[in-house]
Amino acid sequence: MSMPHEDTHDGQAAFARALFGETPPAGLAPYPPEIARARFAIYRNNVASSLIKALETRFPVIERLVGEAFFKGVAHAFIKGHPPRSPVLMEYGDAFPDFLAAFPPAQSLPYLADVARIEYARGEAYRAEDAEPVPPAALAGFAEADPDTLCISLHPSLRLVASDHPAFSIWRMNQPGATPQRITAPQPETALVARPHDGVITLSLPAGEAAFIAALRQDPHFARAAETAFARDPAFEPGYALGRAVSLGLVTALDISHDNEALSGDQP
Amino acid sequence: MSRERHTPSNLPEGVGIGFKAEHFDDLLAQKPDLAFIEIHAENYMAAGGPAHRRLERLRAEFALSVHGVGLSIGGAGPLDAKHLERLATLCERYQPESFSEHLAWSSHDTAFLNDLLPLPYTEATLALICEHIDVVQTRLRRQMLLENPSTYVAFAESTLEETQFLREIVSRTGCGLLLDVNNVFVSATNHGLDPRAYLADFPMEAVGEIHLGGHDEDELPDGAPLLIDAHGSPVADPVWTLYAEVAAVAGRAPTLIEWDNDVPDFAVLMAEAERARAVLQGRRASGGRHVDAA
Repeated sequence: MSMPHEDTHDGQAAFARALFGETPPAGLAPYPPEIARARFAIYRNNVASSLIKALETRFPVIERLVGEAFFKGVAHAFIKGHPPRSPVLMEYGDAFPDFLAAFPPAQSLPYLADVARIEYARGEAYRAEDAEPVPPAALAGFAEADPDTLCISLHPSLRLVASDHPAFSIWRMNQPGATPQRITAPQPETALVARPHDGVITLSLPAGEAAFIAALRQDPHFARAAETAFARDPAFEPGYALGRAVSLGLVTALDISHDNEALSGDQP
Repeated sequence: MSRERHTPSNLPEGVGIGFKAEHFDDLLAQKPDLAFIEIHAENYMAAGGPAHRRLERLRAEFALSVHGVGLSIGGAGPLDAKHLERLATLCERYQPESFSEHLAWSSHDTAFLNDLLPLPYTEATLALICEHIDVVQTRLRRQMLLENPSTYVAFAESTLEETQFLREIVSRTGCGLLLDVNNVFVSATNHGLDPRAYLADFPMEAVGEIHLGGHDEDELPDGAPLLIDAHGSPVADPVWTLYAEVAAVAGRAPTLIEWDNDVPDFAVLMAEAERARAVLQGRRASGGRHVDAA
């Protein structure tokens, strides 16, 4: 059985291929070759420049780090192999960090992909589902609670970007108005990105706190997350970390759980 | 087809502007006398975030036109069902007075190409477009408006004029038309045609909205002009002249000033809107005919 619109499909397939190729597609009105090229170039330029612009908007720090010309080159290579999969262009670029990691001319900048992950996470946080953070005063109501029963719900916009490189520091030093400085002792960093209210926050977490938040994203039990964080950093202070998470607006609910499997203690 | 269930597109008469986030504070502070605002549907498809809060505030003050730029109604494949659901969710949430899309395609297989791409006008593409418009109107339970495109190439296999093509779509699907006067001028110039002949043959009784935007001027290797629909400048004088002629004969003439790139100060945009309003007042003064789109 043939598709109902097979001829149109084939024509559009050729047109779409030509948008990323060298010559105009067959089937245009009988223009002289140089006229056909000039006319078709409007579409080719619209597609390439609008998609490159979308990537520039999403990844301004990457553009600053590699320079405009290099960025346009890598973006052009990316859009050809990874055009958007959806008309919702604000979501475009999720594959760009991995593409940068594998892009041969960018191999001298091993941190680039993680900086791009921070930038993409900021876009995701911006458009994520809304949720009202609990007010800082809410913690007082749980001061007497058994830590083993306390459950923490994190804001749906929260993202973590763990890097073997100082990706967060590089991102921060390349904000508009900031002056990049030499990083003398590069350390791994974990960036936290969230949008508790209208603005996106981006900060770096110490190893214990990063493990704590990462654990809470998998499992809301405070005590288990604290244990995971201790294992990572013996100096981890769970009360401080929780207070900071609440004051940043990262917590949307504090609850007492009666589901005590694998936990000691009983609640009435 | 069950057109009777479709809510007709029904923008209020008058002048509207394409909403840009840069103008949010001015819009709310000045509450200018605008008939409506228009948004690009795809910019409001996030689960949450400040864009929705801004739109909720604006929706409380202004009539709303939702203008899609990514549904690929002219695409040969089936319509993107997920995208149609996103549009339905958006229309459900904001209850716009009108929903419009383009006579163009923008997706192929799984790739979204982010441009309004042209198609040949044949019996086969006519059937394809009508099928897709039926699906859209049925899902949204609304009459949609279809916009005439700016084009830079024509196709050897075309057998129908664009105006015939649009007229036939209207008669088969019951959709309305969004007449973009700048697009008429751009396409006519690019194909060496007379924009007045195009407009004389355009099914004016189906018009539910008019678009006015700026274009860029380029040149082909043989020296012929090639205009580009760029929405980054004021409306050109010949387009204003055509607009006045259109306004005198169109069934309905809610008019949008589109300025999407190199977004100007709010006052500059409002001056363009004021100029369109003056044209519409002339239309009323001279007793321009009014026919309900429904």
